[in-house]
Amino acid sequence: MASMTMIQALNNALDLKLTDDPSVVAFGEDVGYFGGVFGVTKGLQEKHGSGRVYDSPINEGAIIAMAMGMAVNGMRPVAEIQFADYIFPGFDQILSELSRIRYRSAGQYTAPVTIRTPCGGGIYGGQTHSMSPEAFFTHIPGLIVMMPSNPYDAKGMLISAMENDDPVIFFEPKRLYNGPFTGDPHVPASSWTKHPKGEVPEGHYTVPIGKADILREGSDVTMVGYGTMVHVALAAAEEAGVDAEIIDLRTIIPYDVDAVTNSVKKTGRCIVLHEAPRTSGFGAELTAQIQEDCFYSLEAPVMRITGWDTPYPHAHEWSYFPGKSRVMQALKTMMETV
Amino acid sequence: MASSNKGIQVPTPRFRPGDRPNFDHLDVPQAGGLPKPAVDADSQNLKEFAFGLVRVLNHNHCAIGDWDPHLSSGMLLDGLKSMVLTRAYDNRMMKMQRTKRLSFYMKCLGEEAVAIAGAAALRDDDMLFPSYRQQGALIHRGADLVDMMCHCISNSRDNLLGRQLPVHYARKDLNWFSISGNLGTQFPQAVGWGVASRAKGNDAIACSWIGDGTSATGDFHAACTMASTYNAPVILNIVNNQWAISTHESIAAGSAESFAAKAIGYGIPGIRVDGNDFLAVYAVTKWAAERARAGLGPTLIETFTYRGEAHSTSDDPSKYRAQDEWKLWPLGDPVERLKSHLIVNGDWSEAEHDDYEAQCTDEVTKAWKESVSYGTLEDGPHSPVETIFEDVFTEQPWHLRRQRQALGY
Repeated sequence: MASMTMIQALNNALDLKLTDDPSVVAFGEDVGYFGGVFGVTKGLQEKHGSGRVYDSPINEGAIIAMAMGMAVNGMRPVAEIQFADYIFPGFDQILSELSRIRYRSAGQYTAPVTIRTPCGGGIYGGQTHSMSPEAFFTHIPGLIVMMPSNPYDAKGMLISAMENDDPVIFFEPKRLYNGPFTGDPHVPASSWTKHPKGEVPEGHYTVPIGKADILREGSDVTMVGYGTMVHVALAAAEEAGVDAEIIDLRTIIPYDVDAVTNSVKKTGRCIVLHEAPRTSGFGAELTAQIQEDCFYSLEAPVMRITGWDTPYPHAHEWSYFPGKSRVMQALKTMMETV
Repeated sequence: MASSNKGIQVPTPRFRPGDRPNFDHLDVPQAGGLPKPAVDADSQNLKEFAFGLVRVLNHNHCAIGDWDPHLSSGMLLDGLKSMVLTRAYDNRMMKMQRTKRLSFYMKCLGEEAVAIAGAAALRDDDMLFPSYRQQGALIHRGADLVDMMCHCISNSRDNLLGRQLPVHYARKDLNWFSISGNLGTQFPQAVGWGVASRAKGNDAIACSWIGDGTSATGDFHAACTMASTYNAPVILNIVNNQWAISTHESIAAGSAESFAAKAIGYGIPGIRVDGNDFLAVYAVTKWAAERARAGLGPTLIETFTYRGEAHSTSDDPSKYRAQDEWKLWPLGDPVERLKSHLIVNGDWSEAEHDDYEAQCTDEVTKAWKESVSYGTLEDGPHSPVETIFEDVFTEQPWHLRRQRQALGY
């Protein structure tokens, strides 16, 4: 075991797969010599060579199409999109091509591509470096969508993604790269060294796709989220003194429906959390599924705590971010509902 | 001509319905006029090929000049036969669409040489990333007509389980990629395939086709950028058939003189070739293939041709272009030109040609009869209904399982 940041854990996952599987390559903008703008691929070109880890021109559609063409020819590319906000020039290649190639060729061609991309706010990134666009990708049949919340999961999930035969959109909450974050910018940043999930085995292991993690067992209310928001939920529940059951989905599609519905049937209450805008966010899907499967167990309407339906503002970042105080307020309202 | 400073300036084709087409403005150079550069020539020295037109067959139907690939009569006959069979197949499928046995069809009349000579110049393990008008290459690679028809009518033997629109073939066994309906997406994918081939130490190359209209897409430029950056072993073809549905090539070309010349900015060779000249298309493709296989990188080829039929069964060209354009097309009919060449060489005759055409008509009629015995689009049988939930993911996740069950399977 070693103490790792999420960046180091992701780097370690890539390093292991580049070592044990010659079909793996990693590429994207600034990914090669420089090691990525967040340093996730740092040192990998030096170790594995410029034929395995390399820079690409600034063209996200081309990056994804290249990765798909390579995957069709038996490779397992890991493409980095520098910020999730930049993924949209490649959206057609993801939506119309990558996600459907297995289906439209009736299984003749498959594209085991992993697209890594940093998402989320909390770093004063403004509207073009803060998005959480996961919901767009959950609406596309054929894509696996994942978002880890800590270094241990990040490594195991990325290895699972790279070993899976389906295309994966792998969102990395950039606010968590160097430490957990409870949503309060005025509290000094903490590091992963003090967090149990910052302890990461150095060898190969996987965190299975489609399996949620129950971060805290509780009986009062179920809180379902992924990425940064699970840390906010934990902090808010603790401060509010609510015995919440907190579920980290980890895989958004296909998510662990049993973990969610079993919990809600037990607690009778549910708050769904994400940083992305509210309308048509993934919380809407979760809420609908929960009322379909748990209607007779619910004691209060399912609540959503999300970003606002606005672009991500720069100066007012902390009024946009669904931080601890908003979650605590929601918990209060939820627990007062009888 | 004076132009107003006001208003949006939009290119217009020379001829519209009711006009008498006249192609005198086209500069059609003599066959054999261009030299054949060495396979390892510096792309900077190849600019004349982006503005010229490689032609091998002259007006006397003889092969002349450096680009003559000196093909055996057997290879030429194979090419001719594939073209004739493709035309017969297209005619049959068009008829079937007109009698509502097929939802949709696209012919390649006039463009048979583009796909077939291209495929003939490649190895069977070279990967093809076609657009929707290269069915000739699939036939030339030996696809069974019954299999192709069964796909087009989405019956129980459709290898794509009824999931794709007709003519969107996918045949991994023939190194034929799955055709997308979204134009141009396959171009940068082909580059990725080629890069992977080299990464694995293989010398198989990728070859893709798009139309003149699709050269306007971002994916075209994505492919050229990536092919240049990674020196990819790939042949990128722009089939300039003059029309994108009702849109004349000038809408995509703008003020550009040639589509092949787009390659110059990327530092890759661009070659313009007479797309109705089987020998020229073969020779240029072979040159590009040898270059790519030797690790010398990509080539952009503009095959200059004419779309002899409608874009698809969903449009009527008499509504947007002059009636006799194809008949008056100065580069002629690729089938007639190769046929005449073989006859001049003493390897073929009109009688043999007529016999072979009749044989092809019989073959496609028989193939159609067999195909419908496996089901029709309208009446089935089709693939089992539950297959709509298969192949979305490697393993069916819970939500698809629930949806399958909701449908009763």
